[in-house]
Amino acid sequence: MNQEAPILKTEGLKISYGSTPAINGISIEIRPNRVTAVIGPSGCGKSTLLRTFNRMNDFIPNIKTEGQVWFRGQNMFHPKVDPVNIRKHVGMVFQRPNPFPKSIYKNITWGPTIHSYAGNLDELVEKSLKRAALWDEVKSRLHDSAFDLSGGQQQRLCIARTIAMNPDVILMDEPCSALDPKATARIEDLIGELRSRYTIVIVTHNMQQAARISDETLFLYEGNLIESGKTKALFTNPTKQQTEDYITGRFG
Amino acid sequence: MNTWRYRRQALFLWMCRALTLLALIILGSLILHIAKEGVSTLSLDFLHRFPSRFPHKAGLKSALYGTLWIMCLTALIAVPFGIATAIYLEEYSTKNRFSRWIQINITNLAGIPSIVYGLLGLTVFVRYLNMGQSLWAGALTLSLLVLPIIVIASQEAIRAVPNPIREAGYALGAHPWQVILCQVVPAALPGIMTGVILALSRAIGESAPLIMIGALSYVAFVPEGPGDAFTVLPVQIFNWASRPQVSFHAIAASGIIVLLCVLFTMNLIAVLIRHKFQRYK
Repeated sequence: MNQEAPILKTEGLKISYGSTPAINGISIEIRPNRVTAVIGPSGCGKSTLLRTFNRMNDFIPNIKTEGQVWFRGQNMFHPKVDPVNIRKHVGMVFQRPNPFPKSIYKNITWGPTIHSYAGNLDELVEKSLKRAALWDEVKSRLHDSAFDLSGGQQQRLCIARTIAMNPDVILMDEPCSALDPKATARIEDLIGELRSRYTIVIVTHNMQQAARISDETLFLYEGNLIESGKTKALFTNPTKQQTEDYITGRFG
Repeated sequence: MNTWRYRRQALFLWMCRALTLLALIILGSLILHIAKEGVSTLSLDFLHRFPSRFPHKAGLKSALYGTLWIMCLTALIAVPFGIATAIYLEEYSTKNRFSRWIQINITNLAGIPSIVYGLLGLTVFVRYLNMGQSLWAGALTLSLLVLPIIVIASQEAIRAVPNPIREAGYALGAHPWQVILCQVVPAALPGIMTGVILALSRAIGESAPLIMIGALSYVAFVPEGPGDAFTVLPVQIFNWASRPQVSFHAIAASGIIVLLCVLFTMNLIAVLIRHKFQRYK
């Protein structure tokens, strides 16, 4: 279908928490500059899969990862690979907005600063906030606490913070689940604007959302990849019965 | 039915109010009593005089300087060790039998009577390490005494920092030490400060362990370095209060007022620091 080289790729990825399997052998390819949605019922391994791509699973004790994961052709789990380096290029936005208890300005500059960013920080803040569609709302109060913002604004700040690192990939773990419909719509618009610059992988519970914003969709069920492909095709013409049952709301 | 429930609620509320009021009255009358007895002998001169066997000539210059020295040295020793221990236990150590054992021991240490620390200080610092009756020996002994308090309070403050903050740090490609130093500790600092001030407030009032290691009650000089002999306010107050002459009791009360003022200033500083870091809550 696509000739482009995948930016992220897994082969026979198996993950288990202790003796509980979470993902049983998934092989997928994620292409650059697209929005890829990962859908599936609760506990199907969506978040676990997502957290593999920036090795956030490393912090969970007793987790076992088998199989291969490549980022730009590099084996992510090679013993010589530093996960810190991967996370510089693969950013993440979490389920609940989690700004640092600092000013809006410092929330954005902290990441670049610890990686000894050489450019102008003021410009970086402005650029990141503009890309996250938050600049106009906060430009007059950059040094106020990030907690003074609304939930939706906080989440856009978290996206701006991720953008400031100039990542290749942005992982989003149900970024709208804690937000109201209006704030959700703003984030969805934003994702549409960001797709030209970044590769976005978004986990979502909300199938309408996946259909609205993504180019490609992966459907996971009980740790297995059931179906994947172009979002339009998958939603209008699913090839598997399970996919059809899920997207028509028969279960999940 | 319902009226009874409301009445019970009101009763409980009034009970709480009455007990709070009672505590305040007791505290207030104590302070009033001290003030009545001590204010007349309190003067700037009182702070500038050395102790004397004549009450009207006695002052607490040496004790005041001794207390300031001891508090600074104790804070310098106990705070870094306490916070570092808390960081290690909360952020780095794996939760196993060994770390649980350490935890239990720290909790137990917080409950040990101060005189026991005095004995330890006398044996280890004064005698074995040959520090003599110096400020070092006193500060190290008090550091041991307050270390568990600082560790426990700091641990609780660090534990209260929400995990998503750590995750956010890691997701930006930060190393663990960067997340801990730049995000976790600043977020926990108000709680840590509360623990530090609680610990130092305890240290400032301790006399037993310092008497044990040989803090003198008659010091007619100001310590010039941490190797000098010293006395502290509570020891000086104790000494005056235990004399038979009534006029010494008055200057003991004045000493208590000074001690309370020092304590109050310390607390004020802590509140200001806490406030500065709480701006972004």
